[in-house]
Amino acid sequence: MVRLITHNMLACHVKNCTKDNFPLSFSEVELVIRPTEENLDFLKRFLPKLDWSALVHTARSLGDESLPEEMPEISSWTEEQLKALHHVLMEIHVEEGNMICKGCGHVYPISNGIPNMLLAEHEVGR
Amino acid sequence: MSRPEEISPPEIFYGDVEATKYTANTRVKSIQAQMTRRALELLALPEDETAFVLDIGCGSGLSGELLDEEGHVWVGVDIAPSMLEVALEREVEGDLFLHDIGQGFGFRPGTFDGAISISVIQWLLNADSSSHSPPQRLNRFFTTLHSSLKNPSRAIFQFYPSSDDQVQMIVNSAQRAGFGGGLVIDYPNSKKARKMYLCLMVGQQEIPKGLDNNGIEIDNENKLGLEKRREEIRNERKRRKDTSSNNKKGKRNNKNVEDVKEWVMKKKELYRTRGKEGVPRDSKYTARKRKTYF
Repeated sequence: MVRLITHNMLACHVKNCTKDNFPLSFSEVELVIRPTEENLDFLKRFLPKLDWSALVHTARSLGDESLPEEMPEISSWTEEQLKALHHVLMEIHVEEGNMICKGCGHVYPISNGIPNMLLAEHEVGR
Repeated sequence: MSRPEEISPPEIFYGDVEATKYTANTRVKSIQAQMTRRALELLALPEDETAFVLDIGCGSGLSGELLDEEGHVWVGVDIAPSMLEVALEREVEGDLFLHDIGQGFGFRPGTFDGAISISVIQWLLNADSSSHSPPQRLNRFFTTLHSSLKNPSRAIFQFYPSSDDQVQMIVNSAQRAGFGGGLVIDYPNSKKARKMYLCLMVGQQEIPKGLDNNGIEIDNENKLGLEKRREEIRNERKRRKDTSSNNKKGKRNNKNVEDVKEWVMKKKELYRTRGKEGVPRDSKYTARKRKTYF
């Protein structure tokens, strides 16, 4: 149940991994689409927090092309665009696969929709 | 009262059997729901707005269910896989992570509008393996949590400490991580109903207002003052240069007694303001020479 809204907030937390630790890239994914109720107000408020280029890049790697390359002005969002965003952020769930950090190469396996974020002892920061 | 954290590590204690037992128990359910409601009340999120909330130690999603009811979008983390499995079966809405909170979070700064945690952080005080150091894990947990919360926001932790020392340790660690806030104790005089909530706050300040037209005059005055001050500094430099060149001519020993005393007093004052220990007190003997006995 990794949704892109959470994925967009997630960076690698391995010790001393500070470069290229965001976004984690997906591999060997299995997707499930679960329609949910739209909450466009929430999305509108959430927009400033998003890292747009990371989001678009990830969405394209998962085969969704509905988002524009450049983030539209916050005031000029149309309902249609918001709905597309809702679909990408809230309805695409990654059920199986891996999340890989581009900086340190740590693999976070996702099984049954739950990513395993546990680190080995030597990877824990201070 | 039984203390599961003293029996075994959380990921082992909450195995398959315990996880289903825990979730099926109506008493546990009702207490959890009660505490979650209270925690949400303390969290004081803006009403009628969907927020992005972190549930620390979400377990089987008993607290998450209430977050769903309130319409919040949430992310849950827990270390016990069996508990998360139960949560999956119960089809909660939030995103679940298998995560050891003592290892710190990897969320980007300012991600969450708030965080709640029900009966969890006492587990952090146990060292379950030789490499675990509770103060270090607490520290890592609070610092990474602090950065992943937005400003202003709150984090509410309900927990069961086994001693006052534990409370002190947790509160200190949170404060060192930059959190404000403190303890809220419900029903402090009842043994059964007494519940402890750690109410931590990030920021909680209003933005200072920008200057309007009236402010400009003050600004100008400040500027003039600054100019004057600069002039003084220039003069001061000049004066120092003069005196130092004078000193070079004369011998060093010619220092005035008054000057010496002044210098000593100045140094003592400086040490006192710096908080240095063992600065001698002032008396009429200060900076006097000792008698020559021979």
